[in-house]
Amino acid sequence: MLDQSTVARVELDWAGPERLTMNMGPQHPSAHGVFRAIVTLEGETVVAVDAVIGYLHRCHEKLAETLTYAQYPSIASKTDYVAAMTSEFAYVMAAEEIGKVEVPKRAQYLRVICAELQRVASHLLWLGTWCMDMGGALGGGATIFLYCIREREDILDLFESLVGARLLYGFYQVGGVRYDIPDGWVAQCRATIDRIDQRIGEYEQMLEQNPFFLARAKGVGVVSRELAQDVGIAGPLLRGSGIPWDLRRTAPYSSYEDFDFRIPVETDGDCFARYRVRMVEFREAITIVRQALDKLPAGPISSRPALKSVAQIRIQKGESYARVEGPRGEVGCYLIADGSAKPYRMKWRGASFSNLSILPHIIPGHKVADVVAIMGSVDPVFGEVDR
Amino acid sequence: MSLDEARSAIGARFSGAEVGTGTPLVVTVSPGQWAELAAFAKETLGCRFFSFLTAVDWKEPGLEVVAKVDNLDDGLAVMMKTRLGPGVSTCASLTPIYRGADWMERECWDMFGIRFDGHPDLRRILLDDTWEGHPLLKSYAVDTPHPPYR
Repeated sequence: MLDQSTVARVELDWAGPERLTMNMGPQHPSAHGVFRAIVTLEGETVVAVDAVIGYLHRCHEKLAETLTYAQYPSIASKTDYVAAMTSEFAYVMAAEEIGKVEVPKRAQYLRVICAELQRVASHLLWLGTWCMDMGGALGGGATIFLYCIREREDILDLFESLVGARLLYGFYQVGGVRYDIPDGWVAQCRATIDRIDQRIGEYEQMLEQNPFFLARAKGVGVVSRELAQDVGIAGPLLRGSGIPWDLRRTAPYSSYEDFDFRIPVETDGDCFARYRVRMVEFREAITIVRQALDKLPAGPISSRPALKSVAQIRIQKGESYARVEGPRGEVGCYLIADGSAKPYRMKWRGASFSNLSILPHIIPGHKVADVVAIMGSVDPVFGEVDR
Repeated sequence: MSLDEARSAIGARFSGAEVGTGTPLVVTVSPGQWAELAAFAKETLGCRFFSFLTAVDWKEPGLEVVAKVDNLDDGLAVMMKTRLGPGVSTCASLTPIYRGADWMERECWDMFGIRFDGHPDLRRILLDDTWEGHPLLKSYAVDTPHPPYR
C-alpha cells in the first residue's frame, strides 16, 4: 500500500495565464526531418513559437565555391532531397544564363518531364505524410500514407530506369541532360501517370468526405495575401492565399510556354486551400508530362561536347538569378561567375526556408494539435531549409 | 509598373543610384539609402513580394548586400544592392519593412558577420550559437578546423 502522505501532490486545475515552454523536436515525427519548435503555451494554446533550424546544415553555398560546374549539379540535388530534380534544374539554368549556353529542344522537354514527375512524387510524399501526421482521424492514419508511397515508388522506378538512381540524380547538366530515355520508358511512364491520375480522385474522396479531416484542415493556419508576400512564401502556399503566381506561367523557362495547363488558386489561405492547390497540381503536372511525351522532339540531348575533365566547363564573368517553380515554390539560384570552372559565389533561395519562416507568424493562437497540421501543410524539406 | 517607369522613378528619387537595364532590374545605392530604397520599392514600385537577401564578399572592396523583391501583379523584379565598403560589416535592417528579411538577415549575420541595425532578434540561425567565425567570408578557409569537429 502506498503511503499517501509521501506522495507529492500536483495541482492540476489550471487557472490563469501561467505559461509553459515546450520543445517540439528536434526529433519529432511531424517535422519530417530535424526541426525544433520551442513553443510557449497557455494551456493548450500556443502563444509564441521560436523555430530552431540548422540541424542539416552543410554549407552548400561554400561547397559550391569549391566544386566545378560539372560536379555541383549532383550535389545540388542534396539540398531538397525530396525533389532533387528541381534544385539541379535551377543551378544549371543559372550557369547557362551567364554562359549563354543553348539547350536543345529535346533536352528542354526531358527536363520538363522529369521536373513534373518529380512534382507528382514530391506531392505524393507530402500528402501521405501530412495525412499520417493528422493521425487516427483518417482511417487509422497510415492508409493514405501507404497508398501514396506505393504511387511514389512507381515514379522512382521511372527515374531509376532513366538515371540509375532513385533519389539523387545528377540528371541535369550544363547544356542539357545527361541521359536520353531508354527503350520502353515512354510506355512505362504513360502507364504510371494514368494509374496515378485515376487514384488521385480516390484519395480526394477518402479525405473530403471525412468530417475529421475537414475539421482539422479548414480555417486552420490562415495566411493572408499581404502576409504571404511580405514573408515571401511561394508555390502552393502563395497560390493557396489567392495569388496566381506560378513561374511556369509568369516567367516561362525550358519551353513551358509550349504546354497547356491550369494554375490552381484558392483564396482561403488555410491548410485546406493549400491541400486543394496541390491536389489540382497533381493533375496539371500529369497533363504536362502527357503533352511533353506526345510532342517530344528528336535531336541531341546536350549542346556540350563530352567532358574529358570536370574542369572543362568555364563560365564567363557575370551573374544571374535563375528560378524554377519547384513543388514547394520558387527555388532560386543566384550565381556569380568569375570566368573559371567554379562559381565565385552561389546563393540558394530555398523555397522551404522562406515557407517555413511563415510559422512564427501563423501558429500563435492555435492549439498544439494544429501545429502539426500547419507544419505539414507547409511541406518543408529540411535539407532545403538548412542547405 | 513597367520596367522603364520603374527605372525613371528610381533615377528621379535616388541620386547616384546605378540602375541596370535588364531583368531583374539591378539597382545599386549607397548603404545610407539602403532601407529607403527598400521602402520605396515596396510602397511606390509595388514590389511587395520578398524573394531573398544575401551578401557577397568581394575581398578587398568589401562586402556587398543583395536583396531581391518582386511586384507579382506586373511581373517587375528588382534586385537591390549596396556596397558596404572595405572593412565595414554593418548595414541597415530591412526587417521593419519586409518581414521576410528576418531569417534572411539572421543567415547573413551567421554566414558573413554583417550586423543589421534595427533587426529585432539578430542571432545565428543555421550554425550553433557557439560557432566562431563566419564561413562564407572568403578569408574563412574551407578546411578550417573547428572544435569539436577537428
